[in-house]
Amino acid sequence: MKLEVSGLNSHYGPAHILFDVGFEVGAGEVVALLGRNGAGKSTTFRSIVGLVSQRTGQIRFEGEDVSRLPTYDIVRRGLGYVPEDRRVFTELTVEENFVVGRQPARPGVATWTPERIYELFPNLGEMRKRPGGQMSGGEQQMLTIGRTLMGNPSLVLLDEPSEGLAPKIVEQMADAILTMKREGLSIVISEQNLHFAKLISDRAYIIEKGRMRFSGTMAELEANPEIRDAYLAV
Amino acid sequence: MEFLLVQALSGLSSAASLFLVASGLSIIFGVMRIVNFAHGAFYMLGAYVAFTLTDRFSGPLGFWGGILVACLIVSVVGALMEMLLLRRIYHAPELFQLLATFGVTLMVQDIVLLIWGPEDLMGPRAPGFTGAIELLGRRVPTYDLLLIGLGPLVLGLLWLLFHGTRWGVLVRAATQDRDMVAALGVNQKWLFTSVFALGVFLAALGGALQIPRTTVSHAMDLSIIVEVFVVVVIGGLGSVPGAFVAAVLVSELNAFGILVLPKISMVVVFLVMAVVLVVRPWGLFGKPEGTPRAAAGLSIRPWKPMSGVERMLVALAVVAAAALPLFAGNYVLSVSTEILVFVLFAASLHFLMTVGGLASFGHAAYFGLGAYGAAFMVKYLGAPMELALLAGPLLGLAGAVLFGWFCVRLSGVYFAMLTLAFAQIAWSVAFQWVEVTGGDNGMLSIWPSSWASSPQAFFWLTLGIVAVGVGVLRMLVFSPFGFGLRAARDSSLRSEAIGINRKSTQWVAFIVAGTFAGVAGSLLAFLKGSVFPENLAIPTSVDGLVMVLLGGIETVSGAVIGAIVYKALAIWLMSKTELSKLILGATIVLLVVAFPKGIVGFLEDLRHRLKPPRQNGAKPEAALVAKAEAAE
Repeated sequence: MKLEVSGLNSHYGPAHILFDVGFEVGAGEVVALLGRNGAGKSTTFRSIVGLVSQRTGQIRFEGEDVSRLPTYDIVRRGLGYVPEDRRVFTELTVEENFVVGRQPARPGVATWTPERIYELFPNLGEMRKRPGGQMSGGEQQMLTIGRTLMGNPSLVLLDEPSEGLAPKIVEQMADAILTMKREGLSIVISEQNLHFAKLISDRAYIIEKGRMRFSGTMAELEANPEIRDAYLAV
Repeated sequence: MEFLLVQALSGLSSAASLFLVASGLSIIFGVMRIVNFAHGAFYMLGAYVAFTLTDRFSGPLGFWGGILVACLIVSVVGALMEMLLLRRIYHAPELFQLLATFGVTLMVQDIVLLIWGPEDLMGPRAPGFTGAIELLGRRVPTYDLLLIGLGPLVLGLLWLLFHGTRWGVLVRAATQDRDMVAALGVNQKWLFTSVFALGVFLAALGGALQIPRTTVSHAMDLSIIVEVFVVVVIGGLGSVPGAFVAAVLVSELNAFGILVLPKISMVVVFLVMAVVLVVRPWGLFGKPEGTPRAAAGLSIRPWKPMSGVERMLVALAVVAAAALPLFAGNYVLSVSTEILVFVLFAASLHFLMTVGGLASFGHAAYFGLGAYGAAFMVKYLGAPMELALLAGPLLGLAGAVLFGWFCVRLSGVYFAMLTLAFAQIAWSVAFQWVEVTGGDNGMLSIWPSSWASSPQAFFWLTLGIVAVGVGVLRMLVFSPFGFGLRAARDSSLRSEAIGINRKSTQWVAFIVAGTFAGVAGSLLAFLKGSVFPENLAIPTSVDGLVMVLLGGIETVSGAVIGAIVYKALAIWLMSKTELSKLILGATIVLLVVAFPKGIVGFLEDLRHRLKPPRQNGAKPEAALVAKAEAAE
């Protein structure tokens, strides 16, 4: 297994957010983490990379327990994280944003350069010197994914990459994610948009109120519309 | 005309060092969100170490090499301070960070005195830049011209560093979003240490470059830090170009202000700063901060009115204090009266800091103004003590009305820096306006009326006024005004949404605190029979902060107990050692790192640990909320 999470409990102050969350991702797999707004998807990702300080449980990445490591160390082992709110560095240009994400090449993992990312997201190639703050939402989303890829990760946590984007950009995003998958990356993608998740994912987990409610293949989820209605329908 | 040009050049050459120090402070703040009070100390250390090295190794290589090596040595010292001290307090409230770095400043002052002695030192001239050239018939030192060129050169080098290297790009990214930088695999610890070392290097360079121009003295640190605070408030914290523009502006204002108002040239700078703050509170090149976070934010347990038993204990304590003159001697009584005066001063600062969430670093201004107010009444109007005690604090009130109006426009570190700058301005007026205030010689013979002239009577008078004052301050905490003030402190947006005018509420709190400090100051004037500029100087302000911190910032009783313990210790220490600043500084650092909740907070924690709260109370939960808030 690429990533194994088990018994994950997280708190924000007095509020208990995640209850014994567990899931697995195999090498080269694309796994969807589905759930409504506020279900705990972002907190799960933030907990895995150590941005939520009050957390307990086991997080094994490539067989090693990383739950006690500082954020930068977890990321340097090849666990990339793309945050939900994008958080591009608005003062920095596209190129400079990539410089921040740059890490040495990793054996056995696809190596990314700015040129390769411009191939993945041609829009970015046309605005290399533009500050992140002067880009559209879709372009910022591409930038933040590209920035994480510059760290040559072997697994990427993608937090709601389709959120708030125009349908055309969403399609482009799905293509890019499939390209990343072909490169051998493992991907965990959190989504509220089931349609988008279906385009790219092999398996899915459903989280609701901080607990895992379902785990199975996309086909199994398809075959059980009552689960979808109970946990995902608006 | 020629004269004005020369004056302008002289201003520009002073701007160079100011810019170096201010840019270092700004870079550090941008990434680490810490206002490094010790920056002035590093500036001074740079000058002293450079003096020793250039004195030892002569010649151009000795001089310029000596300056460079001095800056490197000082920046290593800075990096050590970051690793040993600052790393422990990154998540502490801003007030603690300011206090800890101020503690280091105090320690450095005594260390400098120990190593280099009290005399001002005269360094060598810079080889190759000893002469002067004729410019429009006037002689301008070539070294000044070198400094004028150096400012833009350093600005350019810094720009290249931040835009042309990966390290610089990381620093700029971290200035915006530290967590995201870590989430991209960057080790913040290393980044912070290197940024701090660079900032300290710039401060040390600013100091080292001063040695051919002026003597090296142990008062360099506080004088530069106040100017630097003014510069970064005008230019905008975190902006290097802002530091450059504001350094030039402030230096030119100083150079020409001397021509307009030779006695109080600081006033010109102050006026410009006031205008900038009204138009752009975040400075010329700064960016508006998000919602201000609470300055104190450590109140783990909610305040509640006293229980019957506690009221009894307080009454007993007052009665016990009132009985003191029956058996204590004159010396003990006068020391006790002084302690009482500082109890009121600390309580007024505590009100502003914890109830209002406004950590003032210049509260002594209103204390000192109250003292001068009483002295003016006696000296110029021949008023008796009773009238002077009533009217004197009005000067403190007036100062708080004026300065407070500007200060409450800011929050957090900006607020702290501005209060400090105002206090320093008040100090420099008292110090320089010799005709009115007597300058350094102070004002003497401010004696109480005959009925209160015995130590016993004056003690009782002080005890009465202080007890009433502290009582009123505590009542205010639980008044509707106090609730509004606490709401504005905890969430300015939410409180404004329910109709509380944050600025005017905080302004009133500022005035209340200033007035009570003024009452304390007036009492001190009659206790000592004299008034000096030191009454409103920075060390007095910091004394107040340490008292509140020592006692514990959570409760009014903390301020009272802190004042008693601190003042008694300070008076005792002064009589025992020459190195009082070193010990005081070390105490502050230790307090901040090891006992951030102070004596009363520590005792309360102990009580709660020994006797856990009952099941029906919601206390543990409330504690968690507060902890979470403090952590944010």
